[in-house]
Amino acid sequence: MRAALAGDEAAYRRLLEEIGRAVRAMARGAFSRMRVGDADIEDVVQETLLAIHLKRHTWDGGPKLAPWVNAIARHKIIDAMRRRGARRLEPIEDFEAALAAPEAQDPHLRSDIGRVMEKLAPRQRDIVTAISLDGQSIAATAARLSMSEVAVRVALHRALKSLAAAWRSATQ
Amino acid sequence: MKIADLVNSLAADPVAPIRLGRRLGLALALGAAASLALFMAALGPRPDFAEAARTVRFDLKFVDALALAAPSALLCWRLMRPDARPGALALLLVAPFALLAGAVVAELLLVPPDLWGTRLIGTNWLHCLTLIPLLSIAPLTALILAMRAGAPLHPALTGALAGAAAAGVAAMIYASNCTDDSPLFVVSWYPLATLVVVAAGALAGRRFLQW
Repeated sequence: MRAALAGDEAAYRRLLEEIGRAVRAMARGAFSRMRVGDADIEDVVQETLLAIHLKRHTWDGGPKLAPWVNAIARHKIIDAMRRRGARRLEPIEDFEAALAAPEAQDPHLRSDIGRVMEKLAPRQRDIVTAISLDGQSIAATAARLSMSEVAVRVALHRALKSLAAAWRSATQ
Repeated sequence: MKIADLVNSLAADPVAPIRLGRRLGLALALGAAASLALFMAALGPRPDFAEAARTVRFDLKFVDALALAAPSALLCWRLMRPDARPGALALLLVAPFALLAGAVVAELLLVPPDLWGTRLIGTNWLHCLTLIPLLSIAPLTALILAMRAGAPLHPALTGALAGAAAAGVAAMIYASNCTDDSPLFVVSWYPLATLVVVAAGALAGRRFLQW
């Protein structure tokens, strides 16, 4: 995380993927304990990653990253369970013990992020899609849309923020 | 969209250098300055301010307001982090109440019982109840705006603490105009005015500090 905050994109990517795996394991453990089906797990993982990204400045930079990640993941998992109307909300303490799990490959996985993406402005959605799904670089996207790289970065950041906001309003 | 796709976007998004503590401190300072300017333009301190400043009763109002504002603001700063624990800092919130309770006991011992009623009601209670919430608006707004960058696990509670900090600042400003210095007055009306602001802060927190 320290390297990522210093601007090391590759390190950040590795960290996010690692956190994604850990959060998936946490969510899977929590969902099965609450007997909630695991259709939403990928959504929770994505929502948590987004929150971690947008709130990364709230990490205090101390020796440990895990408590901070766990706090955010727990918050988002509880949110997701509330959204599903899980009635038995019990303290969820031992997520961390669960093993890292592989990403589900079920093509019929119901995904909220698709619906949430529809709420973005067309230009924002275009940018997120290009960079996320098509794996384009900022520079290539800027050239294609004839925007400056700075403008693309700003639009991307705004899009990620609105994505989080849209998700939140879906929760409430 | 899969995790790897999302990670593409997140990794491409540049680092936003946000310093929470500085942001919060700045917000508090700006909010207080705005309220102070408003107060100076509309009311100003009481005419005998310099004389009053030499009396214990008058000074105690400021100490008490500060004892509320400082721990509240510090707790806000801490609770902006999702992995925060309030810890021993929360105990400091007892300070303004303990201070006030001690002052009330002393006042009851010093002042004859037939004066208690007049001291308690005072002359400015309506001022107190309206001006403290009014002077809280700027600091509370600034604090909530700054705290939107945070990730509090308990938005309503964090918002309520922002309300307490704002009310403390407002009380400090207002106290310089208020001519009722008796702790009996302070204990009756200041907390009531503070409660209004705390409730407003809790509502604002629930509305604006979700993430």
